[in-house]
This record gives sequence, C-alpha cells and structure tokens, in this order.
Amino acid sequence: MENPIIVTLEKVTKRFPAGKTQFTALNKIELTFRKGEFSGLVGPSGSGKTTLLNIIGSLDCPSEGVATVLGKNISSLSHKESAELRNYGIGFIFQTYNLLPVYNVYDNVEFALLLQKLSGSQRKKAVMDALEWVGLADRAKSKPSTLSGGECQRVAIARAMVKKPALVLADEPSANLDSQNSHMIVQTMKRLNKELNTTFIFSTHDEKVMQYLDRIIYLKDGMVERDERKSEG
Amino acid sequence: MLELKLAFKNLYGSGLRTWLNVTVLSIAFVIILFYNGMLDGWNMQAQRDTIDWEIGSGQLWHPGYDPYDPYTFADAHSSIPPEISTLIERGDAASILLTQATAYPGGRMLNTLIKGIDPNQKILKIPSELLTADNSDPDYIPAIIGRRFSQSARLKEGDRVLVRWRDSNGTFDAREVTIVSVFQTNVPTADLNQIYIPLERLREMTSMYNEATLVVLSQGAVAPQQYGGWSYRDNDYLLKDLKDIMTAKKGGSTVISGLLLAIALLAIFDTQVLSIFRRQKEIGTYIALGMTRKKVVGLFTIEGTTHSLLAILLGMIWGVPFLLLLQKTGIPMPASADQAGIAIADKITPYYGAGMILTSVILVVLSSLVVSYIPTRRISRMRPTDALRGKIV
Repeated sequence: MENPIIVTLEKVTKRFPAGKTQFTALNKIELTFRKGEFSGLVGPSGSGKTTLLNIIGSLDCPSEGVATVLGKNISSLSHKESAELRNYGIGFIFQTYNLLPVYNVYDNVEFALLLQKLSGSQRKKAVMDALEWVGLADRAKSKPSTLSGGECQRVAIARAMVKKPALVLADEPSANLDSQNSHMIVQTMKRLNKELNTTFIFSTHDEKVMQYLDRIIYLKDGMVERDERKSEG
Repeated sequence: MLELKLAFKNLYGSGLRTWLNVTVLSIAFVIILFYNGMLDGWNMQAQRDTIDWEIGSGQLWHPGYDPYDPYTFADAHSSIPPEISTLIERGDAASILLTQATAYPGGRMLNTLIKGIDPNQKILKIPSELLTADNSDPDYIPAIIGRRFSQSARLKEGDRVLVRWRDSNGTFDAREVTIVSVFQTNVPTADLNQIYIPLERLREMTSMYNEATLVVLSQGAVAPQQYGGWSYRDNDYLLKDLKDIMTAKKGGSTVISGLLLAIALLAIFDTQVLSIFRRQKEIGTYIALGMTRKKVVGLFTIEGTTHSLLAILLGMIWGVPFLLLLQKTGIPMPASADQAGIAIADKITPYYGAGMILTSVILVVLSSLVVSYIPTRRISRMRPTDALRGKIV
C-alpha cells in the first residue's frame, strides 16, 4: 500500500516583479510528494528550486495554482497558521546552516521545541536524542563558531528533526561542505528518513547528494523537465 | 516568557555592545534618580525650614494684610480677637506685628521690616528668647537679625543701628536698636531686611497696644477659619510660592533628565536598527522555525527593552551605594545659592521616595520599550524568503 500524499502542487505558478515586467520563477508546476519520500529538486541556478521549496515550506505563496501541504492550502493560511504549520509540520535545513550564533548547539536544537510549549524534561530528552542521531551529543555546549561546516550542518539537521516533522526541506544542504561531509550529512538524513519515515525534499545540483535520492525532479526555467524515480533495490 | 529568555540570551551573546548600552542607560537612570532625589530633598527641606522659621502650622492674617503689597502694612494691624487671644494664651499661637521702617547702618539707608515677636514664643525657630531685655536703660531695644541681612547691612552682634518708623498716627520716630544676636537660617524670607525686636516694645514704639498683624499657629492648634475678619491661611496656601518655584525647578530638571535619557535611548535605537539590518537571516530563520512575525517583533522589542531592565539592575548595583552616600553626606550648596530667594540649606539631603523611584523605573522601561519597538515594525513588512537570504536593504 502506498504512503499518503502530503504535498500536492497543482498548476503552481510564481511570478516576481522585475522592473516593469514580471519574471516567472515557476510555471504551472504539477507535483505530489508522498510520506517517506527522499526526493530532490535538481536544476541550474534560476530554475526555481528554492522558490518551490519556499512555497512548500509556506514561506511564500504561489501567484497562481494551489499548493497543499500537510492538508493545508498554503495560499489561504494566515501568518499565524502558516507559522504553526512550519512549527509542527516542517523542518528546514539551509545551505548556510542559519544557526543562531549566540546560542550553543543544545540551545539551537532546543529552539524549535521552545515554540511548541513542551516541558523542560521533554525538551531535554528530545534535544539529546536529536544530537545522538547526528553524533553531536558531546558538542552540546559548543558554540556554532567553534564547529566545522559539517558539524554545523549536522546541528541544523538535528534542529530540523528534533520536533519530528512530517516534512523536511533542505535547500542545497551540501553546497558549503567538502565531499566527505556532504556524504556524511546526506547519509545521516537518509538514515533518519528510513528510521522516522520523514519526507525529505532537497534542492540540489550536487551529484553526491543526487546518488542518494529516491526521486529526482529536474526543473528548468520554472517547469518540471523530468521526474525520475529510482527503482527499488 | 520565551521572548524574555531569548532576549537575555541574545543580549548576553552580543557582549560589549550590550554592556555599553546598558552602562549608558544606567548612568542616565541614576542621574535621573539623583536629580529628582535632590530636588525632592530640597523641596522637603525648604518646606520644613519655612514652616519652622516663618509660617508655623498656618497663620491668621489681619484682613488688611497682604505680604505682597507693602503699602498694606501700615494699616494691617488691630487688636487680636478674643478667640485668637485664647490660642496665644494657651501657647498654641504667637502674634507678630509688622512695621515698615528705615535703617541707617553706617550712614546708609536701607528699607527694612521690623517684626515684633514675643520673646517667649516657641512656635518659630527664630531665637526670640535672646530678645529678653536685661538692660535697665529704658531706651535699650534689643534686636536680632539674620546672617544675610547682617552681611548686606554690614551689621554684627553688638552694633547699634538707627531705625526710623511711623507710629499708628503716622508720626515719624527714630531710635537706635542693639543687635544682640545674628542668627543663621536657611529661609531668606525670614531674614533679608528684617529686624526682630520684642513684640511689646514694638507695640509701644508704634502705639499699637495689644495689636498684631498676623498670628502664627503651632502644630495641632485648631484655628477658627475666620474670626473678626481675620483669615486663616493654611500651609498649602502659605507654601504655594515655594511649591511653584520647586515645580519650575523640576521642569528644568525634567529637561536635563530627558536629554540624558534621550542620549541613552538613542544608543538603544541605533542598536535596534543595526540589529534588524544585520540579523535578517536570523529573523528569517526564526520565521522558518515557526515564529510568527508578530512574535519576532516582540522578541526584538523585548530584547531592546531588556537593555533598560539590565540598566536598572546595573544602576542599582553602583547607583544605590552612590545615592545613599550622597544622602548620608548631603550635597554641599555653593555660597551664591544663599541669595536664590528660596530656602536652601548649606547641604541638601536628597530624598529618594518610592513613588519617584517607581516613576523613574517606569519612565526608563516604557521609553526604551517605545524606541525598541519603532525599528522592529520593519520586521512585520519583511518577506521571510528575502530575510533568509539577507536581501533586505
């Protein structure tokens, strides 16, 4: 039996003002993502990968079409509702990690839970579990400035995963990492995908990342060029 | 609560910049307390001294008496109504007779006011007991004057000075009075150009037997509101001028406090503007992690306002010992302040009332809240996708 669909994009179009004209970043995208998928958006710069991730992450709204994420129509959500959707349902991993510099590793990971009003003991257990998943439990008190790029991205993965979201969006997560670290963090995410059945959607043009993806969606000029799934086994 | 916790973490993480802002604001806070404490202390001291030396616990005035119109003095005297006399006999009141006069110290001519006061009165701090004549010379008139008048007229203890006045019939008369003592008071209006002599002596000199211009009441004395045309003036009325002057001085201090606070708040405002510009990615991250824009605005506003809470804490650490030391030692006033026309002690003891402290705390916190909030309104207009890329200019 197939997993349920958690993201549906129906004729999603996104235009940005560019001087007196409008630039079409996404053009009538039709896609669905099922729970537990480990998929990636691939394409050159300007192909619309990040724009699509932003819409799925409810950070932006489509100009036309309907984007439904975890049962919510993104365009109809208020600021508060979309914040709630991100808070409980979506984890983000950014190219530049976006860790909060004044917090230590533990605090950075805990931050995602502070908004969920969990008790202190619940938060502590969840944070330590997440740091164990990424192998950084011993660096809990370290500041981001003392970590390597790979370690920072692992902290970012722990932060995205600590609230056990249904969906994780990773925007070029390996772009600032060397080859070894790129493999390591994608392997970590792949493991978490298997263990927790979390849906991962990447935007990438990194071959090292692509080899781990179960599904690759090629974007070009804001349109889906190809949608390839790896055969099982 | 979450915002406060995050704000403290962010401020702590900001290091030196936070402490510079906090230090500047704490200095402004302590100086505001100092200024207000000094003025409140001065106000209290001035009121206390004026009551002790000049007005007592209220006065009863002859219907013709107007202290602001010297022309009324000549006619503002009459026999004391019996009910008021009863108060005087019980020691609950002391009568004073005023007569305009001219003094001729060292051949110069000075307008003066002769005040006849009962040498046995205990209501005012004027050392009237020194006027008890122990001289057999019937023409001997003992007089006491304040230090200010002593200096301006160049009179000292033991000096004799000719004074000329008009009696109740308008006839000029003149005699020499002997300065038996020069007293020290903080109240210039009980001192400048005033000569105190025994009441009965003045009555005799002016032929105003059993008459008075005003009656000073002691604490707790219950006076008739109006009797025989004499009017009761309570301390609110009698201290009005003093309070008006203090209010005007408070206005000046408010301007200085406002300027100091504005400088400190400008630093917070500047920090907030810079923070929002430099921390766009952080703002975008907060939103991506599930914070509403409203919450992010709240976070940054509280972060800015927390400067003031830290400043108050820091101000208490260094300011409380400093302010208490000033309260203990007093603030010396320059000699020129003596001529200000308002009661000023050699040293002013600041008074830090709970209300004044609370008002200052609220002022500092509220004003920092406002200047912290204004720059953060920009966050509510930010697109999170632009913020995440740090693209907002």
